[in-house]
Amino acid sequence: MIESRHERRFVHLVLLGASMIALYPFVSILLLALNPPGKRVSGFTIPSTISFENFTLAWQRGNFAQALFSSAVVAVTVVAASVAFSILAGYAFATMRFPLRNTLFVILLAGLMLPYEALIVPLYFDFRSLGLLDSRWAVILPQIGFSVSFGTFWMRTAFWAQSGGALVEAAQLDGANTWDILRRVLLPVSGPAVMSLSALLFLFAWNDFLLALVLLPQNEAAQTAPLALSFFAGLRRGGEPSTIAAAALLVAFPVLIVYIFMQRRFIQGITTGATKG
Amino acid sequence: MQRDGLAPTRAPLRPPQLSRPSRPARPVRRGPSGRVQPVAYLYLLPAFAFFAVFAVAPLVHAFKLSFYEWNGITDQVWVGLDNYVTVFTDPHVRAALWNSVILIVFYAVLPICVALVIVGLMARVRIRGRTAFRAVLFVPTILPLTVVAVAWRWVYAPDGPLNFGLDLIGLDFVSRAWLGDFTFALPSMGMVGTWVTFGLVFVLFAAGVQKIPSQLYESARIDGANMVREFFAVTLPALRGEITVALILTVTAALRNFDLVFVMTRGGPGTNTEVPSMFIYRSVFQIRSIGLGAAIGVILMLELLAVNLAVLWYRRRGDLSA
Repeated sequence: MIESRHERRFVHLVLLGASMIALYPFVSILLLALNPPGKRVSGFTIPSTISFENFTLAWQRGNFAQALFSSAVVAVTVVAASVAFSILAGYAFATMRFPLRNTLFVILLAGLMLPYEALIVPLYFDFRSLGLLDSRWAVILPQIGFSVSFGTFWMRTAFWAQSGGALVEAAQLDGANTWDILRRVLLPVSGPAVMSLSALLFLFAWNDFLLALVLLPQNEAAQTAPLALSFFAGLRRGGEPSTIAAAALLVAFPVLIVYIFMQRRFIQGITTGATKG
Repeated sequence: MQRDGLAPTRAPLRPPQLSRPSRPARPVRRGPSGRVQPVAYLYLLPAFAFFAVFAVAPLVHAFKLSFYEWNGITDQVWVGLDNYVTVFTDPHVRAALWNSVILIVFYAVLPICVALVIVGLMARVRIRGRTAFRAVLFVPTILPLTVVAVAWRWVYAPDGPLNFGLDLIGLDFVSRAWLGDFTFALPSMGMVGTWVTFGLVFVLFAAGVQKIPSQLYESARIDGANMVREFFAVTLPALRGEITVALILTVTAALRNFDLVFVMTRGGPGTNTEVPSMFIYRSVFQIRSIGLGAAIGVILMLELLAVNLAVLWYRRRGDLSA
């Protein structure tokens, strides 16, 4: 490849600049949060003494212990159920023949285009009449309903990559039933696909805000972390920005951890997908 | 070999399912052949049950509600298409719809253009630390939008870093309360959208560019193509598939935008940053006009459907003529 040194340097500088822009807002609230609360901060100030007091304050005043726990319960339940159901459905679509197979698949896929902003109004009133409003189920159940479209497509593709191979055929010849083939043959080799799906669904579930805002309007104990953050940031508007910054970091922390460990998988999942078709 | 992460966020929207049933590219895919297996329905049951109850049923209910006038308590009154008429005549709702269209420029057009330029530059040289750049640039896409909103509210604050920086370089006459400014509130919000979607778009394009055979660039250069010609002759056509996916994802994000507005501006100042999803929220909790909220939801859904189909249609047509 022909390349000039100037060109190389220039491209790297552009990427470096873009990376700084990508990280700056996050870094700026980190710096802000590390100041002692009440200190007047402006602009690019780097804290002279590092204080974690903002985090303590946010934790106490913003109900974040409760909220992070609630978010974790919601996210784990949503991921576990969605992944399990997606594995089952994806497996059927990938390996079995049955009437209406394509029709059913297209219907399920159409769910990917469904904005849940459009469903939030009926969901609110449906759950109100069922008495589920303000319970964690009110956000868990719809999230599972929205996630299975994506999950089923994902698992079907993953199983497809496997089920054309000799493994499944050999098992079929051995007279294994469908359940055994899934459990003993396909699942053991589909670990990475299941992990990627879980990570993505965790991200969606953790970051959800609108469902929680509408469907958990009154129950503080069930509030998820993004919801608690928005209340905390809203009530104190014009108040203590450094404490709000600390609260935001508390909410972002679990997602960042998952991202750091699963980063490659996220990016791979998105890019390999886009290159197909 | 174990291939993980084969599926994309939105790839299913692309032709495979439209042009099914056979996938000739896949080698030995015997899978669903042989006899019919009714047990399949048992495997589908849980997923479809949840999908039917929590996605399809609310959708039907939304359609129904959109034809009624209802305050959430008293009896529902059938009003036909009145709510839809309101959507297109009420200045407040129209402002919200129009804003969401403007946001497409910031969420989709801008990041795609910038990413294309950067990726076009990258195509010509070997990048050191490619994966590190990718990982860092992707961070804004994964953060909760509520956190993003809090961070940018600080950046844009009257005494925040942006104004501080502007003052520092002598542009103090530019600095202002960005999110409270009637002219700049919407573009400021839009730039946050650009910041969020750029990482996703960049990652898609960077992966696409890596697959372009370097011989193409070499022969372009032998033909005397300069950087710009090379970009339009080689890079851009090769990225058509990635651009399709990027458009679908980013336009969807633009039209659905709620979290940023709710935390950053609540639609203000005035109705300057009002968006459809914000209005849906208001219709339940403030205005108490449930039918109107449902109607806006239906419109929003149709809008997204139209955009998706338009992009896909354009893509398929392009493929045929290519």
